[in-house]
Amino acid sequence: MIEFLKQPWAWYIAGPLIGLTVPGLLISGNKSLGISSSLRHVCAACLPAKIPFFNYDWKKEAWNLFFVAGIVLGAAIVALFFSNPAPVDITPKLVAELNQYGITEQQSLLPEQLFNWQQLLTAKGFFFMVFGGFLVGFGTRYAGGCTSGHAIMGLSSLQLPSLIATISFMAGGFIMANLILPFILKL
Amino acid sequence: MQTQIIKPFQANTDFEVLSLDSADTAQRKKETWLSYVKYLVLGSFFGIILVKSEVISWYRIQEMFRLQSFHMFGVMGSAVVTGIISVWLIKRFNIKTINGEKIALQAKKFNKGQIYGGLIFGFGWAITGACPGPLFAQIGSGFSVVIVTLFSAIAGTWVYGYSREKLPH
Repeated sequence: MIEFLKQPWAWYIAGPLIGLTVPGLLISGNKSLGISSSLRHVCAACLPAKIPFFNYDWKKEAWNLFFVAGIVLGAAIVALFFSNPAPVDITPKLVAELNQYGITEQQSLLPEQLFNWQQLLTAKGFFFMVFGGFLVGFGTRYAGGCTSGHAIMGLSSLQLPSLIATISFMAGGFIMANLILPFILKL
Repeated sequence: MQTQIIKPFQANTDFEVLSLDSADTAQRKKETWLSYVKYLVLGSFFGIILVKSEVISWYRIQEMFRLQSFHMFGVMGSAVVTGIISVWLIKRFNIKTINGEKIALQAKKFNKGQIYGGLIFGFGWAITGACPGPLFAQIGSGFSVVIVTLFSAIAGTWVYGYSREKLPH
């Protein structure tokens, strides 16, 4: 069993389980899945600064903060007990492309040659960690949700705005990954 | 207390803060500290799947946006199909919450932010290899530097809130 759990899970196992979070949250407490809103609650709790967008009773949304704390906990459980010991199985095409940029190891889920504390002080590291993170936070709130809130919860309840948002997420990702990132990675 | 100046743009564009959006929040049961445990458990379940399916991997995101692998499309597609069926079943059989409440789904309205913000988030997703959920999962997996990315995302959210009235919606 542990050996099985250690392997990466196939999409047809993981996808439906992710989908089941939707009824799980609805039935357990009438809550709609949405993770990026936790970032708004943190702003509302820590630095509302009289900005109308952050002036609401974040404590009523505290469930969301428990949910994201659970994500950290769940990931830590995997890391402690059943993480995959093998390198990430990446398509050879991508490996070849990344090798050109000096990203040569695929030992863990993130390229540690890009994402580490030393890199943070370089222009490239700043771009990948600080600038990228900023766009994630700014963009998700501007769009009113992220992959969970729009692509999973929104599409599950057949919301047209969520479909528009999801198409925009994918379009943005395609543009960045194919047209812009190759130049940044060469730096 | 200072008096709040009414800003020209106050329309709701974010449908994820239940206490602001939903008309029927009044009849919802108040959460107790004990009831929060169930969200912690559900979150852990969600976190475990995110890690085991490798959707929190920067490499998997790069493969997805380069159309080099079906994996991410399979995960998201089957998640959505499962969600659609679940929501349909909940509506069809009028399934109630464990507290006996009627399940309420917030209807979202279109605004241009879903396009502009969506594109901006898409850029960030391809750069960091993470959407907000995976950021938390990467931190839990032991990638401590992602805490910086998370703080930066919180800063991005704050700057959005600060400049919201000036942005096209």
